[in-house]
Amino acid sequence: METAHAEDITKSVRKYIVVFVALMGLTIVTVAISYLHLNVGAAILFALAVATVKASLVASYFMHLISERKIVYWTLALTVVFFLLLMLLPISADQDSTRLG
Amino acid sequence: MADGHISHKQVEGIGVGVQTHVHHEEHHHELSFLRQYVFSTDHKVIGIQYGITSLLFLLFGFTLMMIMRWQLAYPGEAIPLIGQWLGPDRAPDGIMLPEFYNQLGAMHGTIMVFLGVVPLAVGAFGNYVMPLQIGAVDMAFPKLNMMSYWVYFTGGVTMLVSFFLPGGAANSGWTSYAPLSVIATVGQTVWLIGMVFLITSSLLGSVNFIVTIVQLRTNGLTFMRLPFFVWAQFVTSFLLLLAFPPLEAAGVLQLMDRIAGTSFFMPSGLVVSGVPLTNAGGGSPLLWQHLFWFLAHPEVYVLILPAMGIVAEIIANNTRKPIWGYKSIVFAAVFLGFMSFVVWAHHMFMTGMGTVISTFFQTTTMIISIPSIIILTAFFLSLWGGSIRFTTPMLFALAFLPMFGIGGLTGLPLGLSAPDIHLHDTYYVIGHFHYVVAPGTLMALFAGIYYWYPKVTGRKMSDVLGRLHFWGSFIFLNGVFMPMFIQGLAGVSRRLYDGGAQYAHAQSVLQWNEVMSVSAWCLGLAQIPFIINFFWSAKKGEKVADNHWEATTLDMAATTSPPLAHGNFARVPEVHRGPYEYSVPGATTDFIPQHVRTESNVERGEHR
Amino acid sequence: MNIPYTSTARLDTGLYNAKLGIWLFLASEVMLFGALFSTYVLLRVNAPTWPHGYELLNVPLATLNTIVLISSSVTMVMSWASLMMKKFGKFKLYMGLTILLAFVFLVVKYFEYTAKFEHHLFPSTNTFLAIYFTITALHGLHILGGIVVNTYLWGPGSKMWQNDPQRFTNRVEVAGLYWHFVDLVWIFLFPVLYLL
Ligand code: HEM
Ligand SMILES: [Cu+2]
Repeated sequence: METAHAEDITKSVRKYIVVFVALMGLTIVTVAISYLHLNVGAAILFALAVATVKASLVASYFMHLISERKIVYWTLALTVVFFLLLMLLPISADQDSTRLG
Repeated sequence: MADGHISHKQVEGIGVGVQTHVHHEEHHHELSFLRQYVFSTDHKVIGIQYGITSLLFLLFGFTLMMIMRWQLAYPGEAIPLIGQWLGPDRAPDGIMLPEFYNQLGAMHGTIMVFLGVVPLAVGAFGNYVMPLQIGAVDMAFPKLNMMSYWVYFTGGVTMLVSFFLPGGAANSGWTSYAPLSVIATVGQTVWLIGMVFLITSSLLGSVNFIVTIVQLRTNGLTFMRLPFFVWAQFVTSFLLLLAFPPLEAAGVLQLMDRIAGTSFFMPSGLVVSGVPLTNAGGGSPLLWQHLFWFLAHPEVYVLILPAMGIVAEIIANNTRKPIWGYKSIVFAAVFLGFMSFVVWAHHMFMTGMGTVISTFFQTTTMIISIPSIIILTAFFLSLWGGSIRFTTPMLFALAFLPMFGIGGLTGLPLGLSAPDIHLHDTYYVIGHFHYVVAPGTLMALFAGIYYWYPKVTGRKMSDVLGRLHFWGSFIFLNGVFMPMFIQGLAGVSRRLYDGGAQYAHAQSVLQWNEVMSVSAWCLGLAQIPFIINFFWSAKKGEKVADNHWEATTLDMAATTSPPLAHGNFARVPEVHRGPYEYSVPGATTDFIPQHVRTESNVERGEHR
Repeated sequence: MNIPYTSTARLDTGLYNAKLGIWLFLASEVMLFGALFSTYVLLRVNAPTWPHGYELLNVPLATLNTIVLISSSVTMVMSWASLMMKKFGKFKLYMGLTILLAFVFLVVKYFEYTAKFEHHLFPSTNTFLAIYFTITALHGLHILGGIVVNTYLWGPGSKMWQNDPQRFTNRVEVAGLYWHFVDLVWIFLFPVLYLL
């Protein structure tokens, strides 16, 4: 990033504005969907999908993840794996024990 | 090993391009006493602070156990000597109360793991040695480093203070299983707060370690040229970084349960001593266990990996041979670190877990034993054909191998749910993990102290006292922990106030309690030579050359003893070779330090 | 004695120290909030009944807070971009706005909390409210931490711009990474707690 020139930055600034507008739009979308009172499965799916898109926008542009160094990617990949484990395993363990007892 | 013998001559001219003058008396920076010794940001001072604090905690945690062992050997008899000081809430007339026994057990585990072994292995050895080994002038974030120590210190004091609260210290085991811990006395709240401090400290430390290793390696020191010790610290830091936060979350949730009356871990309809609890209920006690073991299994590898790192350095140095299979042990360590996140529920087979998940965790547990076996095998093979120097550190390092082997092998049955039905929560488990952490890790940590002592102080520890310490510790450690397998196989439960005296099935193995207790006290006596040695040698020990052990790594070969107070090196060394070039055929000495440039470097076209 | 790579990047890794440091810290934060989300899911799937967030909580206020926090993320990144363009005055403006928006977030949160307490809805009432209060409070603490750091960089810390602009820009970038992460957590908290 150190070598970025002023014009690159101006370009980035334009990007930030676009992302900002997109984030606002998506916020409205997700609130609007919630007022439809869909069934639980669909609601979760929509809400999480929108949230994931928003989060990716923030991470990619505001946090510059779209052009980051390898080491950062590796660290985050590792974290994501463990994060998924943490999310899935306790829950599946719990489901498994209530089902098979 | 061309001629099969080892030169003990001091090798001159190799390595230390710096040793023309000794730097002890340099005064160019006039730091106040406080800044220099108390709130220092120098990794070496912080390492020493960590070392001394954690050794004191180890002694304290061990003392708790020596008191407990009286009650186990002679249940209901007054504790001699110190019994009278414990006070009526702990031991009226010197006879230990069950509540106090529980406090001792919980705090022994907590202190040994979180305040003793980890800070010594990572905080002390990692801090002191790792930057030297990678040719760094300090840690990447010296101020964070200082904070990490002081936060650890605060956490330690918090834990100690909790003994003086009404109801005493935490008493629900080091595992703090809910719902027991949620309804326990106030000591548990303070325990949780103490843990938050300790977790914060290790978080600061691990970020610092990883950044330092990645960013501050000197020129030429590629990852595959790192000493195994650095690799071990690297993997350990990742474990601390990613496994501790879930426990922090769990700690916060338990605090909420205790203070704000939530029910994260409290199921509906609990009745305690005949009184129904007023909690809303709906929580899950198993959730605590999941979050706890998500940390605590990786934690086991935090306890063992740095020990392996120390042992690798000492074995290479004292067999005067490269470590056998450097690459395989590096990959094994990385794989071990990764897998250690995927096995935690093997501690929970008996919680009514379903067969699918149980199978998953049995499989991963069997898989994780493979890298440990690779590392241990590589160490054993490294001995093969070496002309071993039986120095004091080497004795401890050698003892580590079979002790860790016993600890590891006895773990296999516990990782399979069928034998675990019988063995779960018995003294067999206590025996198993103590073989890993006490005769295993502790031996390696002692080895490290004897090995790096000359580097830190410029003086060597006495070998006579060292041997006394070694044999005493080795014999009595086995005396304490071996009988635990016998008792455990007979079905004696852990955490029993009377050591099993009231159980019919324990009667035939009860006599071992006295053996174990006497061994524990003798083990205490065996530490006296070490304590004397530690202080006496600092003043009176034999002065030694800078690279006393004739080692190849930068910490030993490229610094003075002790290293320069500011910046470690007179000139930051560059690295030209792998970490363990001992007995290189054709070389004039039996070791070539990493920063020495030889003909072969020039031939390969390496330039400065 | 100078630690290398505090302001310039190391060649082979392409990073300066603090940038790697903050990403590692954020990785651990992912695990912290991950454990709490895991808790949420586990409690929810086990519960015989679970209230919809919007039945108990104030969705319009939370939507407002979402907008506030996203805006603060934008002002944060703009403050960094201003430094990159060597416009210190603009940096001050945007950073000041970021801090202000963060305060607005906390004030709104305060009103939400007190409204709950007035209706006798406490963390101890049920596990939904328990997890709601715990996660949002922890997130609020993160906001508070961000305010402290940003205020330092806006005020006394900004002197560094005079003698080491590169390092100061790095500091703002690192603080920004943290701040965006706090925003990112909220982006998930909002639908999970309020809308589902
Ligand atoms: C060196 C001398 C040591 C002795 C004689 C010793 C002895 C014991 C004994 C007898 C118990 C079982 C207490 C009971 O079930 O009531 C125990 C528990 C435990 N020990 Fe040690 N130990 C030693 C060192 C260590 C070390 C170095 C560690 C960790 C690094 C450690 C960690 C633990 C833990 C975690 C428990 C379980 C506590 C609990 O039940 O909650 N011990 N120890
Ligand atoms: Cu385990």
